[in-house]
Amino acid sequence: MSATDFRPKPQLVTGAVDAIPLMIKLCLIWLGAMMVIALLADVISPQHYTTQDLTARFRPPLGWGGDWDHPLGTDNLGRDMLSRLIYALRTSILIAIVGTLIGAVCGTLIGFAAGRLRGFFDLVAMMLTGVQTALPSLFIAITFLAFVGNNLIMFIILVSLEGWERYARLARGLVLSEQNSDYIRAVEGLGATSGRVVFRHLLPNIIAALVVQATLNFPGTILLETSLSFLGLGIQPPNASLGLMLGEGRRYLLNAWWIAVLPGLVISVTTLAMSLFGDWLRDRLDPTVGRQ
Amino acid sequence: MQSLIAIFFRFLRAVFTLMFCVTLVFVVLRTAGDPAEQLLPPETPPDVIQSYREAWGLDRPIFLQYALWLENVSRGDFGTSFASRRPVLDLVTETMPRTLLLGASALFVATLLGLTLGIAAALRRGTFTDQALMAGAVLGYSMPVFFLGILLILLFDLQLRILPSSSAKTLTHLILPTVTLALPLAGRVARFARTAMLEVMGRPFIRTAKAKGVGRLMVILRHALPNVAVPLLMFFGIEIGLVLSGAVVTETIFAWPGLGRLLVDSVAQRDLPVVQGVILMITAIIVLSNLLVDLLHAVIDPKVSMARTLGGGA
Repeated sequence: MSATDFRPKPQLVTGAVDAIPLMIKLCLIWLGAMMVIALLADVISPQHYTTQDLTARFRPPLGWGGDWDHPLGTDNLGRDMLSRLIYALRTSILIAIVGTLIGAVCGTLIGFAAGRLRGFFDLVAMMLTGVQTALPSLFIAITFLAFVGNNLIMFIILVSLEGWERYARLARGLVLSEQNSDYIRAVEGLGATSGRVVFRHLLPNIIAALVVQATLNFPGTILLETSLSFLGLGIQPPNASLGLMLGEGRRYLLNAWWIAVLPGLVISVTTLAMSLFGDWLRDRLDPTVGRQ
Repeated sequence: MQSLIAIFFRFLRAVFTLMFCVTLVFVVLRTAGDPAEQLLPPETPPDVIQSYREAWGLDRPIFLQYALWLENVSRGDFGTSFASRRPVLDLVTETMPRTLLLGASALFVATLLGLTLGIAAALRRGTFTDQALMAGAVLGYSMPVFFLGILLILLFDLQLRILPSSSAKTLTHLILPTVTLALPLAGRVARFARTAMLEVMGRPFIRTAKAKGVGRLMVILRHALPNVAVPLLMFFGIEIGLVLSGAVVTETIFAWPGLGRLLVDSVAQRDLPVVQGVILMITAIIVLSNLLVDLLHAVIDPKVSMARTLGGGA
């Protein structure tokens, strides 16, 4: 039996499915449905999201005088709202997931490196987290996108800035507090490399906290992406993002409210579901994570 | 004496953070591309572009530009807008009070609303009221600011026609932007106040106060609230950046001529000096509020020593 078998395994789900409250189940069902829709966008979308039909502009949704040709109505160019919503959802969710992952991985690595290396690297890393606190990601992103240029890679990197400093602080704090504990000294004494110490012995300590942090951060990432796209600085037409659709629909509020309201509803319900799920996860997994 | 030194170092760190941010933005903006080429029409002859570059000082090495810019800023000269030819300082001082007004009124509404609801939820812990209030709070900050703003415009301006939603002529123009900015913040304040309140209400001195016959209202106002005030103050320090981010979007939706709108407009026109000025101002506001929060914390909470309190943050 190897020594690692004694490590407590991080438990992601600590009870039966029955123990999950109804509200959280509903959240998970919504989030799952959104994921499936985003993944199957090409298959389930009734039309392509750029297909225009200028004879069918501003058709209202079903229930407000619309018909089954366009169940959620059409926009100012006669594009099918349902199809556009499905593709916009794919763009927004994909960017938010990739952005959250990049931010979590890079933030954690920077935090570990800062804690292990100390010295100059630590100083620079901590200064950068100070910048992040003093200059919110929205401002950094607006400035970058306007002057450095807008492309998808750049956009995703900027969106991933949201919250990276929290992972970095979490990881760095852990290294500093555990550096001198017996088990770390022991494995170091046995000749473990720094990488092994960090990834085999330190990381499992905070993996639960990191997952919780990523879940709580995800709504912020979606909001950053949609805000930037709403301001016209993110995803560019004719592509569809939920924020961009809302921004475009703003001009037609008086006559065609659904163009702006439907994507807004999808964003709101998705971030709400993720926030509620994140709160629940935090209470379940990690009572020690700060309640800020 | 020791606390004076701590204040001095805290101040030094604030100045340093500000300088670091500003320098970073300067370097990124100046290396990003040639604003002369981006701003002037594409058919402009090369020698005209060159003369603009010289006029704006863009042909000099970057560290020289930086030194010049710093020197000018220290004299209160933030440069001249490429687009409107007006001094950046004028543009910023014109718009900043409106953003501060919007931010302050939103902060006020959010504190009043959030604190009341949060305390109400804490006092009815575990009941339906508690759950409903907290669900409302999460909904409040999950909803994107721009969507909330658009819903309010639809309802109060376009449908009911009782509140204006564009520009900043009268005080009634302030109502919708304030509510838009305040509701998400109120949601976060409510959740925070609930947690802080529950924590305080569980402490022995509250039990003592109740036991000696202090009325329920007095227990809350005199004994519990002052203890909630300190963590709430720290919380506002963290939130100030989010409020300003929200203000950018809110000002854009409601055509509120503040700093955020100036930033979005200048970014669209690639007006470099204005963008730099606005970013400098916003960073300064955030750094200063964080400094203020830390100092206030040390002043109102005698339990924490100055030196320890001033150890963290930006």
